[in-house]
Amino acid sequence: MSAGSLRIALVGNPNCGKTALFNQLTGGRQKVANYAGVTVERKEGRFTAPSGRVLHLLDLPGAYSFDAASPDEQITRDVCEGVYPGEPAPDLIVCVADATNLRLHLRFVLEVKRLGRPVVLALNMMDTARRRGIVIDVPELQRRLGLPVVETVAVKRGGAQALIERVDGEVPPAAMAQADDAASRADLHAQVRELLAATVAMPRATAAIDDALDRWALHPVFGLGILAVLMFLIFQAVFSWAQPLMDGIEAGVAALGGWLTSALPADSALHSLLNDGIFAGLGAVLVFLPQILILFLFILILEESGYLPRAAFLLDKLMFKAGLTGRAFIPLLSSFACAIPGIMATRSITDPRDRLTTILVAPLMTCSARLPVYTLLIAAFIPQRTLWGLFNLQGVVLFTLYVAGIVSALAVAFVIKRFRKDKSEHALLMELPSYRMPNVRDVALGLWERAKIFLKRVGGIILALTVLLWFLSSFPGPPPGATGPAIDYSLAGRLGQALHYVFAPIGFNWQICIALVPGLAAREVAVSALGTVYAMSGSDDTVASQLGPLISQQWSLATALSLLAWYVFAPQCMSTLAVIRRETNSWRNVAITAGYLFGLAYLASLITYQVARALS
Amino acid sequence: MRLSDLPKGSPAVVDRVDDAHAGDPIAQRLRDLGFVEGEPVRLVARGPLGADPLLIQIGSTRFALRRSEAARVTVRTEVAA
Ligand SMILES: Nc1nc2c(ncn2[C@@H]2O[C@H](COP(=O)(O)OP(=O)(O)OP(=O)(O)O)[C@@H](O)[C@H]2O)c(=O)[nH]1
Ligand SMILES: [Mg+2]
Repeated sequence: MSAGSLRIALVGNPNCGKTALFNQLTGGRQKVANYAGVTVERKEGRFTAPSGRVLHLLDLPGAYSFDAASPDEQITRDVCEGVYPGEPAPDLIVCVADATNLRLHLRFVLEVKRLGRPVVLALNMMDTARRRGIVIDVPELQRRLGLPVVETVAVKRGGAQALIERVDGEVPPAAMAQADDAASRADLHAQVRELLAATVAMPRATAAIDDALDRWALHPVFGLGILAVLMFLIFQAVFSWAQPLMDGIEAGVAALGGWLTSALPADSALHSLLNDGIFAGLGAVLVFLPQILILFLFILILEESGYLPRAAFLLDKLMFKAGLTGRAFIPLLSSFACAIPGIMATRSITDPRDRLTTILVAPLMTCSARLPVYTLLIAAFIPQRTLWGLFNLQGVVLFTLYVAGIVSALAVAFVIKRFRKDKSEHALLMELPSYRMPNVRDVALGLWERAKIFLKRVGGIILALTVLLWFLSSFPGPPPGATGPAIDYSLAGRLGQALHYVFAPIGFNWQICIALVPGLAAREVAVSALGTVYAMSGSDDTVASQLGPLISQQWSLATALSLLAWYVFAPQCMSTLAVIRRETNSWRNVAITAGYLFGLAYLASLITYQVARALS
Repeated sequence: MRLSDLPKGSPAVVDRVDDAHAGDPIAQRLRDLGFVEGEPVRLVARGPLGADPLLIQIGSTRFALRRSEAARVTVRTEVAA
């Protein structure tokens, strides 16, 4: 082993700050949040120590014990034991422990020590520990454990200095490996008690502020009330705060498009590609950036505050009745951002049955890619009215769509539960962390990260599909003497008209049918595709900003509602299906998911359309 | 007394964790999380629907346990001195 490539693994209980340390050392931007089970796979990074040595750092999922209970804990165990495929055992383990929670965390430290590898203990969250008056006799702890112990504050600049110096020095000798059996495991608790008695003084077991907040947040009545108000507030904010920003972007895109294309001859192909394809298509999606950022602002704050596991606590019984588990709350909530991280987050669910059910219903949570579709239709068809002097009607409709997703997820989970043969017990066993004040800089960076992801999507897949759609809608050109718009004769136009037979009963016109095809790749693409299709079939220079008013003239309310219903269910996202395949390792589950979601989508749209038409 | 029957707020000490069946993984996990003989525990809160799950504080950690999970833990209430 050359001195140049030391491999270090970060190991510890969930939520002790391993990823925060990893980011601090490597300059990485892995996800940090205040609940157990944020990291679910191994992540690699490297940093150059002051001595000039390059250190390979491995961030691992948190684990309570090497007796792994969930897929993410298995990864940690396998890496530490050196049996993870393609991953040599680490040369040094940095065991991270939350200094405010040592009774629990020291037990795992002892378990790690018994692996018989070199270990350094990082006592993290020393800032909070000091504030709470917790006094730790570090030299004595170090002597008794027989491990080097350093203090860290992973969220403060320079807070990992002591750790860097320690790992840059000599690798400490490995402790003696010890067998792992039930009797010796029970013994670990006795050792922890001794260690605590000799080295740690805690004025109070928990933070006073946590107890005070929990009295309200977990109160049987007020707790549910707070949760409901919070959720409702988010949807109101997404609608009302974003409007001025959206207007600004719309005007900007229109002005830029007009300015850029003014130099080109109006009937050239390039003019059409830029104007009808790119500006009409991409502009229609770009407008939704502010809404997505506002949604994420709330999600990031909630994640860091420590409130999410409390919400899971409040809703566990309900979710259990429906065949899920309270633990599914966080993966499902992440799915409101995007089903992909949501589905990956199910790795922290212990029970494989609960995990599969959660994966199958995660696509029903309203992901942020649906927002463009929903808001486009709502803004065009739902009047801007105030209900009961308080609520914005458009916000209420949006909220209803979210609720529709949640209710159907519960219903589907319930059906799955009925079909399940194995009815043995499911475990919850979920830790509730301390509340924490979100850091403004971290939230801002998180939002920036999100904006980049969204813009990359717009500039990548959405741009590519838009250009492709423009080609398909432009060629072949109309025969000489044709009267209708050119798109009617193009490939895309013909495809749309063919699909129209299938979708006519649910009220979709051929333009929607065209948009749904590239929209299979990603949901927002449907909006950019509609922008392009209408720009191509219009005689005048329709640009992005006019898509809303345009469809409100051309579509019936029933069609709009039917399309909204379609989007509550339809799995119009390849990446989600791909991640289901990867996480469950089964095409069958992919087929089941896609099948039942398309089925529900068609049924819901059919009912919506026929009822809306009968009523109007 | 079972942990699931503990009144809210009253201090108690863990006696033992019983396996619901042979090789019960939930019982083993409870022991790993620190539910071992002599450890003080407290019931902090109950869920809003059917008083389930339970929020148990053990040491400085709070765990949400379903009633059926908490029922595996036998506790004795501290005799007031
Ligand atoms: N005050 C304070 N907060 C910290 C410190 N280190 C981490 N945190 C916070 O602790 C929480 C958990 O941090 P993570 O880095 O996500 O923890 P983790 O160990 O990677 O968690 P898992 O991936 O779930 O195992 C986050 O809310 C961090 O902001 C610290 O030194 N001081
Ligand atoms: Mg992590």
